[in-house]
Amino acid sequence: MQTLVAYVENKPGVLNRVSSLARRLAINIDSLTVGPTENEEIARMTIVAHTDEKGAHRLEASLEKLVDVLLAENISSRALLERDLALIKVSADQQNRPHLMELIKVFRARVVDVAPESLIIEVSGTVDKIDGLLEVLRPFGVLEMARSGRISMTRGGDLLRPPIASPEVPEGVAVKSQ
Amino acid sequence: MKLTGAEILCESLTRLGVRELFGYPGGAILPVYDALGKSKLHHILVRHEQGATHMADGYARASGGVGVAMATSGPGATNMVTGIATAMLDSSPVVCITGQVSSKVLGSDAFQEIDITGITMPITKHNVVVTRAEDIARTIREAFIIASSGRPGPVLVDITKDAQQASAEFDWEASAPKLPPKRVRSNHDKAEFDRAVELLNTAKRPLILAGHGIMVSGAMHAFEQFVRAGNYPVAMTLLGIGCFPAKDPLNLGMMGMHGEAWVNNAIQEADLLIAVGMRFDDRVTGDLRTYARNARKIHIEIDRAEINKNVQVDAALVGDAREVLEKLTPLIENRDHSAWIQHITELKGDSAVRDIQSLPDTGHLYAAHVINDLWKETNGEAIVVTDVGQHQMWEAQYYHHNRPRTLITSGGLGTMGFALPAAIGAKFAKPDSEVWVVVGDGGFQMTMSELATIVQEKINIKIAIINNGFLGMVRQWQEFFYDKRYVATPLVAPDFAALANAFGIRGERITKRAEVVPVIRSARESAETVLLDFRVEQEDSVYPMVAAGASLSDMIRRPNNPLVETATEP
Repeated sequence: MQTLVAYVENKPGVLNRVSSLARRLAINIDSLTVGPTENEEIARMTIVAHTDEKGAHRLEASLEKLVDVLLAENISSRALLERDLALIKVSADQQNRPHLMELIKVFRARVVDVAPESLIIEVSGTVDKIDGLLEVLRPFGVLEMARSGRISMTRGGDLLRPPIASPEVPEGVAVKSQ
Repeated sequence: MKLTGAEILCESLTRLGVRELFGYPGGAILPVYDALGKSKLHHILVRHEQGATHMADGYARASGGVGVAMATSGPGATNMVTGIATAMLDSSPVVCITGQVSSKVLGSDAFQEIDITGITMPITKHNVVVTRAEDIARTIREAFIIASSGRPGPVLVDITKDAQQASAEFDWEASAPKLPPKRVRSNHDKAEFDRAVELLNTAKRPLILAGHGIMVSGAMHAFEQFVRAGNYPVAMTLLGIGCFPAKDPLNLGMMGMHGEAWVNNAIQEADLLIAVGMRFDDRVTGDLRTYARNARKIHIEIDRAEINKNVQVDAALVGDAREVLEKLTPLIENRDHSAWIQHITELKGDSAVRDIQSLPDTGHLYAAHVINDLWKETNGEAIVVTDVGQHQMWEAQYYHHNRPRTLITSGGLGTMGFALPAAIGAKFAKPDSEVWVVVGDGGFQMTMSELATIVQEKINIKIAIINNGFLGMVRQWQEFFYDKRYVATPLVAPDFAALANAFGIRGERITKRAEVVPVIRSARESAETVLLDFRVEQEDSVYPMVAAGASLSDMIRRPNNPLVETATEP
C-alpha cells in the first residue's frame, strides 16, 4: 500500500482525470480523499493505492504530467500522520449497552447518536485503530458504516505545500520537495 | 474590439502562426467555418476526420511545429479518435478543435452531441471544453503551449456553438495563457549526474540508443557532439531514425524486433547503454528478463514517468535531451572504443556486404528492391511517410535517412491508414520537399479517399504502394506462428492505377524489377501526384525478426535463399 499526496486545481473534472489515470495504469485505489486547502483554487488529495514503490513512482510521475495536477508526491516512506474517520451504527439494547460503552471508551471513540435500538459511534484515528474497533463491535451487529478514507500529512518540518508562493510560510523553513 | 467567438478563434490561430488547418465542417462548428472564410487561414477539406488528425500530425512531425485539425461535434469528433491516439503515442504536438452543441443543451443527448473530452481523456495530453467566447483566445494559446512543451502531445479544445456565436472583447494581451503553477523539479540530482559521468568514463562497450526525443528537443547537433566526444556507436529506434545521419559509420541502424542482427547483438553484448529520448518500448527490448543483461544503463529522458518503467536504469537524467547532452559532453574522457566498434563491424559479417542490387534478376520483384531503388534515386533526401506493416520495416531497413524529420511513421500506436493523410500534412509543412508515401495495399485502402483531397488541393506527392495482395505483416505472423493458416489476410484490392485515374491522378502498375528505376524517375519528373502500384512478391517476409516477447538474442535470421540482404552505399 502506497500513500500519495496531490495538490490539484479545484475545478470540475480533475477527480475524474486522477482516478482515470489510476485505472489506465491498472492501479487499484484503496482510498481517495479530496478536500479544499487554505487556497480555494487548490484542492488536496490523499491517494492510498494498492501498488508497490515502482507503481507509486509511475503514478506520481504520471499524475504530475496532468495539467491540472500541481504536485504529486509519494510520501509512503516518510514519517506520517494518518487519519481516517468512521461513523458506525451498531445495534444496542438495554442489556449490551454498558458493555458497548466500555469498549467505546477504550478506543477513545464517542457516541454521537442514541436511539432505542442502536447507537452511532464516531471514531477517528489510524486505519488499524478503526479496524480494531470494528472487529470488537461486529458481534453486537454493525448495521451501517461510513468511512471518510485516509488523509495523511508528513510530520514536523517536512512540509508539502502547493507550488504557489504563500506568505504563510515563515522564512527559513525549507519546502523539502521543491 | 468586439468579435464573435468564432472570429476570436480564427484570429488567435493566425496570431499563433497557423497558416493551414485540416478539417471537415458540420452543424456545431459552422460559425467557425463562416469566420474561416473571412480569415487568411487556409482550410484543407479532408474526406474523413481521421485524415484531418493524421494530416495535422504529419504537418507537426515534418515541421516541428503544431498541427491543427478541426471537426464538428459527435461523429466528426469521434472520427478523430484514432488520429489523436496516434499523435499521443508518438508525442506529436497536435491541437484538435471540435464544435460542440450549445452549452444550454449539454448533457441532453442533443443531435450530434457526444462527450468528446470524456472519450479523449486518456489519449490527449490535455483537453478542455470552452463554453464562453471570452475564454477562447486564452484556451487556444494554452493548448498550443501544452501541445508543444515538454514531452509534446495532442490537445483537444471542444467549443460549444453558443461560445462560437457569442461576442466578446478580443484583447490579445489580456488573454495571455494562465496555466496552473506546476512544481518545477530540478532536472536531476548531482549524484545521479556524477554516476552517469562515471559510467561513461569506465565503459568498454558503450552503445547509444537514440530515440525520437532527440528530434523533439532539437538536439541533433548536441547529440552529434556527444557521439563524437565518446566515439559511441549509435542504434536507432524507429522514430529515432534521422536524428543522426545513416551514412555515418557510427550509425548501426534500427534496433529491436526488425533491427539488423548486429544491432541487437551489440545491445546484448554492450556493457553500457546510453538511452536518449527513447522509452524502452517492447518492440525495442523484446523479453525484458533477457534484455541487455551485461549493460549498465543511463536514461536521458524528459518524462519522469518513463524512468524505470520497463527497464531499471543505473542513472536517470531527467530533462531536455539537448541540455543534458550539452552538460555531459565536456566531461567525457573515455574516447577510444575502437576494439568494440571493430567487433560490431565483424558482427555485421556477411549480411552487410551483400548488395541486393547485385543479386541476379530472377524476374521477381521484392519490396526491398523498390525501397532500395527509391532511396538511391532520391539520394536519401526525400521525406518518406510510411504506413504500418512490412513495408514500414523494409523502409526503415533499406531507406537510409540522413536528416531529421524525413521519416514520418506511426510507431507507438501502429495506425494503418496513417501514411497517405500524414504525407499530405507533411507536404503542406514542407512544400518544397519531395514527399513519398510508402504504403501497403491494406493500409492504403483504409484512407485512400484522401486522394480526392490531394486533387482538390493540387498538391504534388508520390505514392508507392507495396502491393503483395496480403495484410503482409499479419500473414508473416501466421506463417511463423500459426502454421501458415492465412485467415483473413489475403486481400482483394481495386486496380490502384485505374483508381488513381478515376481521381484524376496518374497511376502506374509495376511488376518487374527492371521497371522500378525508370518509373521512379518518371514519377519524380512529374509536377503532379503520381501513384505507383508495385506488385511485389506475395509471401516475402521481413527479416530478421524477434518474435513478440522473445529475447533480443533470439532472432529469426534471413534465409540464405532467396533473396534480399541489406544494401550498401550506391
